[in-house]
Amino acid sequence: MLSRTAENLYWLARYVERAEYLARTIDATLRVTALPAAYIGKTNEWDSALLTAGVATSFYQQYEEANERNVVDYLSFSADNPSSIRNCIEAARLNSRSVRTALTSEMWDTINSAWIELQEVWSKGTSTREDLAKFLRFVQETSLRFDGSAYRTMLRNDAYWFSRLGLHLERADNTARILDVKYHVLLPEEEHVGGPLDFYQWSSILRSVSALTAYHWVYRETLKPWLVADLLILNGTLPRSLASCYDNLTRNLDQIGVAYGRQGPAQRHARGIRNRLEHSNMNDIFQHGVHEFIQEFIADNSRLGEIITKQYLI
Amino acid sequence: MAVAFDEMNIPGGDLRPAYQELARWLKETPPEALEYRRQEAELLFRRIGITFAVYGDSESTERLIPFDVIPRIMSGKEWALLEKGLKQRVKALNMFLRDIYHGRDILRAEIVPDDLIFQNPVFRPEMNGQQVPHDVYVHIAGIDIIRVDANDFIVLEDNARTPSGVSYMLENREIMMRLFPDLFARHKVAPVERYPDELLSALRSVAPHSAAGEPTVALLTPGVYNSAYYEHSFLADKLGIELVEGRDLIVKNNEVFMRTTEGVKRVDVIYRRVDDDFLDPLTFRPDSALGVPGLMSAYAAGNITLANAVGTGIADDKAIYSYMPEIVKFYLGEEPILKNVQTWRCREPKDLAYVLDHLGDLVVKEVHGSGGYGMLIGPAATKATIEAFREKLKREPEGFIAQPTLALSTCPTCTATGLAPRHVDLRPFVLTGSKSTTIVPGGLTRVALKEGSLVVNSSQGGGTKDTWILDE
Repeated sequence: MLSRTAENLYWLARYVERAEYLARTIDATLRVTALPAAYIGKTNEWDSALLTAGVATSFYQQYEEANERNVVDYLSFSADNPSSIRNCIEAARLNSRSVRTALTSEMWDTINSAWIELQEVWSKGTSTREDLAKFLRFVQETSLRFDGSAYRTMLRNDAYWFSRLGLHLERADNTARILDVKYHVLLPEEEHVGGPLDFYQWSSILRSVSALTAYHWVYRETLKPWLVADLLILNGTLPRSLASCYDNLTRNLDQIGVAYGRQGPAQRHARGIRNRLEHSNMNDIFQHGVHEFIQEFIADNSRLGEIITKQYLI
Repeated sequence: MAVAFDEMNIPGGDLRPAYQELARWLKETPPEALEYRRQEAELLFRRIGITFAVYGDSESTERLIPFDVIPRIMSGKEWALLEKGLKQRVKALNMFLRDIYHGRDILRAEIVPDDLIFQNPVFRPEMNGQQVPHDVYVHIAGIDIIRVDANDFIVLEDNARTPSGVSYMLENREIMMRLFPDLFARHKVAPVERYPDELLSALRSVAPHSAAGEPTVALLTPGVYNSAYYEHSFLADKLGIELVEGRDLIVKNNEVFMRTTEGVKRVDVIYRRVDDDFLDPLTFRPDSALGVPGLMSAYAAGNITLANAVGTGIADDKAIYSYMPEIVKFYLGEEPILKNVQTWRCREPKDLAYVLDHLGDLVVKEVHGSGGYGMLIGPAATKATIEAFREKLKREPEGFIAQPTLALSTCPTCTATGLAPRHVDLRPFVLTGSKSTTIVPGGLTRVALKEGSLVVNSSQGGGTKDTWILDE
């Protein structure tokens, strides 16, 4: 397939995934900030939301304070923030238009209909919390519909695999960023001093990757920070964990390699990261430092993006 | 101006046979139902994304062409005549182009004046003596046809460069079949859906001799911001070929390749929807970012087929248009089946004098204009506009032609106050491959939605209709 087509599919999937992640982050932050201050302590959760979205620096160039109104506006509707939900949807639509021939009509319809629907939201914004909640739900549903249409209607060929690569790479990045911002509440068992404060932090983290219910099914335990970290980093059954993302990334890259009859640096690099995840346990990671581990992962993950681009997309 | 030919009603109260069933159906169908379907159709167009961009219109970059749900109907007999005429016309266009870029018999026979060719900016000296694969220049032609009476089809314009609109022919039909299954059950409408197949075989048939057994065809688009982008992506999808932009192609050793995820792959035929001027910055406009450097040298080496060929503009130029009846006779030795609109060439002093005397009655067009821009419609223009145009005309008479204002035929059309006749034209699409010329029965009917208006161009408020050829 055309390199440009593959590139567009890859980015299209990334934008849709990012839009969903931003919607989840805002959703989770709204919940946690609605709690009385005694339950969440002194951290500014809106500031954390900006950090996990990776846009804190540009935000503070425009705004004085990270409060609900400013942050929701910046992450959702801002035309100036290149990774606002709005710009993700706009970019997804533009990418879709340029690769219409590689999309199924269901996928196109999902993006285009959402884009049409959201034009009104962009011009008017959301005036009430209900409106905002409806909007955030709509964005998440759009991503689900898009993902579902891709899964159910696309041919299983390179077009599908490149789109999946974008999805999993973005997803891994998003999960890693939450961990990066919240590493200080993810403590190993022996250091855990307990206290009600962190409980809501942990549940908020889980909520932003839609894993709160999954946690209970996997561990059958009350929320424990080291288990939260284990779930998000190493548990291969949770679709948004780093391990699961890398299972998928290596599989999709292998499929491409087989179809093209050739492996390359992308396959090797992805396999390297996956092996590291497979042979880690939380004790080692805590010993090494969660923060260091995550930062290394974020760098490795974005390096994979560069390698894929060089190998296939340009 | 004469009374327009009504395609549905015969003066005196009777219906033309092709419209009888439709008329019965309209009688049974309440107006609200039509309005409801119209809204449904609009929603479908938006969701599918069948939009076009209007240049210089900043407020909305993507617009819908209004779609009228009342079909335009033609009998099989009428179509048979039209089809014959179209084939004849396109054959002559191809022979004319071959001649202009090679022996130039027609110039020596003094049928077309030299300067009209050599001083024409759309004439491409690069094509002199160049062999194009299978001698086909115009693979895809869109011939604009109007009717003024029951017997004749008149060519308003030949489009031999990159005619657009065929996606509307196909999508209008799809949407009509979804909205009005009942109406289709009551008519025998000839299908149009094989157009993409016909187009692909025509394109494959003209592959250069150096192509591999199964030639690779690609569609070259200027990109998402082009006004016809939807059509480009639609056709590439239906043909199952790559939709490429200039930056996806490279030329190496006079062969054209596209960049793919598996390395570069040779391309044999390019269905290009990029104008000549932008095709190759090394040959044409050096500032073009849409083209492919070196494409013209690969073309000269005979390693790539461009459809349509470079330099076809010389055949559909409005100044050449007036010579088409003679061109048909010269190459084919036949009387033209399709008529021409009477045309005054302002470059000829006698004609210019006539035109200047009758500006209020004539339509004056720029020889190189298109899309309905830059023309004067005498009867509808104010005095001041006419006077301003007169000055323009005197300054540069060779830039204009004039035609009588024609009473384009009318078809029943949905309007705010119910069904009413509106003026229409028709653009059928003629495909020429190495062995045969084919036309899918139908075309794009454009309709001037404003009462009394004769301008059907989508850029000027025109709409479209589904076009039915009855298979009797």
